[in-house]
Amino acid sequence: MKTGIYPGCSLNGSARDYNESVFALAEAFGLELEQVSDWNCCGATAAHNLNKDLSLALPARILALAEKNGMDEIIVPCAACYNRLTLTQTELRKDPELRNHVSGIIEMDYKGTSGIINVIEWIDKYITPNLEGRIVIPYAHKVACYYGCLLVRPHKVLNYDRPEDPQSMDLVMSKIGAEPIYYPFKTECCGAGLSISRTDIVSKLSGKIIEDAESRGAEAIIVACPMCHSNLDMRRNDINKYWGKEFKIPVIFITQAIGHAIGLTDKKIGLKRHFVDVKIS
Amino acid sequence: MSHTATLTEKDTLAFHLEKNIDVLARKCYQCGKCSAGCPVAGEMDFSPSMVMRLLQTETPANDEKTLRSYSIWLCLTCEMCLCRCPMEIDIPSVMDFLRQKSLKEKKVNPKARRIIAFHKSFLNSIKYTGRLFELGLTLDYKRRSLTLMQDVALAPRMISRGKLHFIPEIIKGRPQVAKIFKKTSKKEN
Ligand code: SF4
Ligand code: SF4
Repeated sequence: MKTGIYPGCSLNGSARDYNESVFALAEAFGLELEQVSDWNCCGATAAHNLNKDLSLALPARILALAEKNGMDEIIVPCAACYNRLTLTQTELRKDPELRNHVSGIIEMDYKGTSGIINVIEWIDKYITPNLEGRIVIPYAHKVACYYGCLLVRPHKVLNYDRPEDPQSMDLVMSKIGAEPIYYPFKTECCGAGLSISRTDIVSKLSGKIIEDAESRGAEAIIVACPMCHSNLDMRRNDINKYWGKEFKIPVIFITQAIGHAIGLTDKKIGLKRHFVDVKIS
Repeated sequence: MSHTATLTEKDTLAFHLEKNIDVLARKCYQCGKCSAGCPVAGEMDFSPSMVMRLLQTETPANDEKTLRSYSIWLCLTCEMCLCRCPMEIDIPSVMDFLRQKSLKEKKVNPKARRIIAFHKSFLNSIKYTGRLFELGLTLDYKRRSLTLMQDVALAPRMISRGKLHFIPEIIKGRPQVAKIFKKTSKKEN
């Protein structure tokens, strides 16, 4: 079984803390993660808002490269990329005509043989079974696991967890000693792609999530998506200004939380790169 | 698309939706669950269920209103509406379709200019290098949208945390990516 990784543009740039923690975990558990060679951007929201063919062709090139690399599966830690890649794979699998059309655009063969998994599936498959005896600092805190939209919806296509009140991250967190709280904002949208063009909407929507999590006593928000992270963490000043409050709750990638629990240094898992200070005791 | 044969050609949005993406606007019974769960319904000129209702009327005036609406550009594709719709109406795909048609027919709502400027800057950035160059994206967006001062506060903090690259990464397959853009660019301009 060869597992590859498609990091995507965010992990390569503003979410390098996430990237560092994914690779730190892979190293700590002796897992191979080869990058899809010469990968390109998946096109994200922009492509499917403006141009359908482009929104299929860009992910198709990535998937075709993964196939060429002989990867049986690829882990896609960015929830947005995971969503676009899985949607493309599903559409091309069910419509051979469309597949030929897109193959023609990218001028590469595409068979659809490489599987796609998100970061939690990767953790469930390769890390949780080997956690025993590895935890040196149990993550003994109340946490709000925030899934956002793209990890669980559209459910019929992704077929992952449940679209309302999902549990997979909560389960992982409880395995490392945390106490996940119940709250109603697990899959509410943070404002996603409007971050730059309508910052006010992001401040409002992200603020609602933060406010609720904090008011229920959560000490951290746990995420698995670089877009959610940048809206909840990097945009914190805008959010605080919009709400007239001083929200202090840190936003931590699930891979960072596990890394911390198994004793990796803050630097190694990118905790020092956050905008909102993280102090885990 | 199974219904195509029995469809009578009409130049209405509802017809095009049925023919192109297999969504039947008439199936919506206006329960309003989509609008209740939509995170941006409050900012929209027509909430998602109202968009569905406009489509159902199949009048030229309402089709025009839909294509010129701000709603279609505010939609975040969060997929909450589809998730909760008892008739499983794929509103996010409807929004995608409407956006592309609105753009093609040059009917974009003036309030949506900044949102589209952002999408275009994003695509431009990857067109030439293959990967997104975040600094380039921000600068190009500011040029297009004339919002020069917004977000400058973020840059120094991103730099000190090593979160902003100054040089774009260029992939080997850049010509291939450029070709993909060329081949698919008929619809977008
Ligand atoms: S949830 Fe579905 S049926 Fe109800 S109003 Fe919205 S589109 Fe119509
Ligand atoms: S996908 Fe668009 S219309 Fe549907 S709930 Fe989300 S923002 Fe609203």
